[in-house]
Amino acid sequence: MVAAVFHSPPEAAASAPAHSGAIKNIAASAISTSARGPKDLKDTPRGPLLSRAFWLAVLPPLCGFALLLGVWALVSAGTGASIPGPAATWQQARELFVDPFYRNGPNDQGVGWNVLASLERVAVGFGLAAAVGIPAGFAIGRFTFLSRMFGPLISLLRPVSPLAWLPIGLLVFKGANPAAIWTIFICSIWPMVINTAIGVQRVPQDYMNVARVLNLSEWKIATRILFPAVLPYMLTGVRLAVSTAWLVIVAAEMLTGGVGIGFWVWDEWNNLNVAHILIAIFIIGVVGYALEFALVRIASAFTFEETRA
Amino acid sequence: MTTPSDTTAAALPARSAPPAARYLDIQQVGQTFKTAKGPFTALQNINLQIAQGEFVALIGHSGCGKSTLLNLIAGLTAPTSGVLLCANREIKGPGPERAVVFQNHSLLPWMSCHDNVYLAVERVFGATESRAQLRERTQAALALVGLSHAAGKRPGEISGGMKQRVGIARALSMEPQVLLMDEPFGALDALTRARLQDELLEIVLRTRSTVVMVTHDVDEAVLLADKIVMLTNGPAATIGEVLHVPVARPRQRVALAEDPVYLRCRKAVLDFLYTRQAHVEKAA
Repeated sequence: MVAAVFHSPPEAAASAPAHSGAIKNIAASAISTSARGPKDLKDTPRGPLLSRAFWLAVLPPLCGFALLLGVWALVSAGTGASIPGPAATWQQARELFVDPFYRNGPNDQGVGWNVLASLERVAVGFGLAAAVGIPAGFAIGRFTFLSRMFGPLISLLRPVSPLAWLPIGLLVFKGANPAAIWTIFICSIWPMVINTAIGVQRVPQDYMNVARVLNLSEWKIATRILFPAVLPYMLTGVRLAVSTAWLVIVAAEMLTGGVGIGFWVWDEWNNLNVAHILIAIFIIGVVGYALEFALVRIASAFTFEETRA
Repeated sequence: MTTPSDTTAAALPARSAPPAARYLDIQQVGQTFKTAKGPFTALQNINLQIAQGEFVALIGHSGCGKSTLLNLIAGLTAPTSGVLLCANREIKGPGPERAVVFQNHSLLPWMSCHDNVYLAVERVFGATESRAQLRERTQAALALVGLSHAAGKRPGEISGGMKQRVGIARALSMEPQVLLMDEPFGALDALTRARLQDELLEIVLRTRSTVVMVTHDVDEAVLLADKIVMLTNGPAATIGEVLHVPVARPRQRVALAEDPVYLRCRKAVLDFLYTRQAHVEKAA
């Protein structure tokens, strides 16, 4: 309630004290209120309150983007437009996005194809890593012997930069594409192994005691107790893994070539088309954010607050 | 004051049915834990016989090893010395014939109340009964504790008292030979606790289960138990006294408040806990 009063404009609080109970709800859910349409806005205190909450939600991010554009324009002006400014980049972007899915041979494809090629590599590498890493994490978390066996190995291999694995991948798989996938695999497996193992180790003893008193089979323990209890930890691992994979693919593709957003950046650098590089940075950011956001949503849907009770 | 205690092994059959007098048999049991500071003896020289159908309360100050003893009977831990028998067989590990109601209910938060109970029912009767029968058993267990309406809810959506009742329903649904309860009502408010105690009295009267309940509530122990086992203060706790509660069943909370036998038992437990065992910790 204190927070709600703090957020509400003084005139609204004074004009309708009877509504004070509802103020908190309105301030907390500006979006859902606005979705209800103009009918609700006739109840006087809601109008100004809504717009204030709305602007509080929208204005700071807008300021942030404005700052970014401002700095960008200054840098551009400072370098004599060798780095194109926002306006020039926008022009280029409009031309580019008219047809993102064209194909003029293997070395000249639309940016859409490049992004999809990168996503495909991430999906394959990440999928393989999940298929190996999550069961491995369960086993390592469940059995002390395995935990002690693999603990030092993981500690040794995890800090290695994924790109250091690229030559090994090229050597073993004799191809750029499998090598890139291998790099994604090796960098995204660790967060999943580690988080899953920690999750298994942190399953409350109470739940395991229930399993023991009921004498549940190992399969039932895995599906009814371990898996749901570990899921939030596992999804944190998956989220970290996807973020890392998306970070690494760009660098890996710069080295391996072919089709992909990373290669596209390198190609445009060779063409000295800096505007396209800036556009690529923007695309990489948006896709990475979208991946992260989707996984956060999935994770929160499977987290059970009452586990802490 | 006359002390109605006796520490002999022969338990008086508290109820009319002719029970196996040594259904649960605890012989010379000791429990030592390894800690960073060296071995810690929690229990020693525990000898206790519990008859089939008997309701036993374990009482003592906190830290005296009540729960340790219950975990030993449950088979969740193994004794360092001595042996525990259930129906003349050694207790080697936990099993559904010795159901446990945990102190903190221990329901699985990702399952509805129905599914929590069903998990237990399925484990015990799944091999021999149809799904419809299993569901029927689940619903009956929830009805027993008056929670049919909450069957579809998750533990996070119901009150603490209701969770504890689901925990009891889960334990009862397994039709265990022994019901082990670790301070089942400890975290509840006085009114809820009283209601659940009355429900438990009724249920036990109907099912004739053997019950071992850990408690630190003197009134609870005297109201519910046929036999109150009082533990001395830890470390190295042992059984200080065993008190029989010769109060007829069914027991009515309000009527008992002035019952001389009830009051005598209550005084005996209080005397043990607060006079004789009050200062042992300082001496030790």
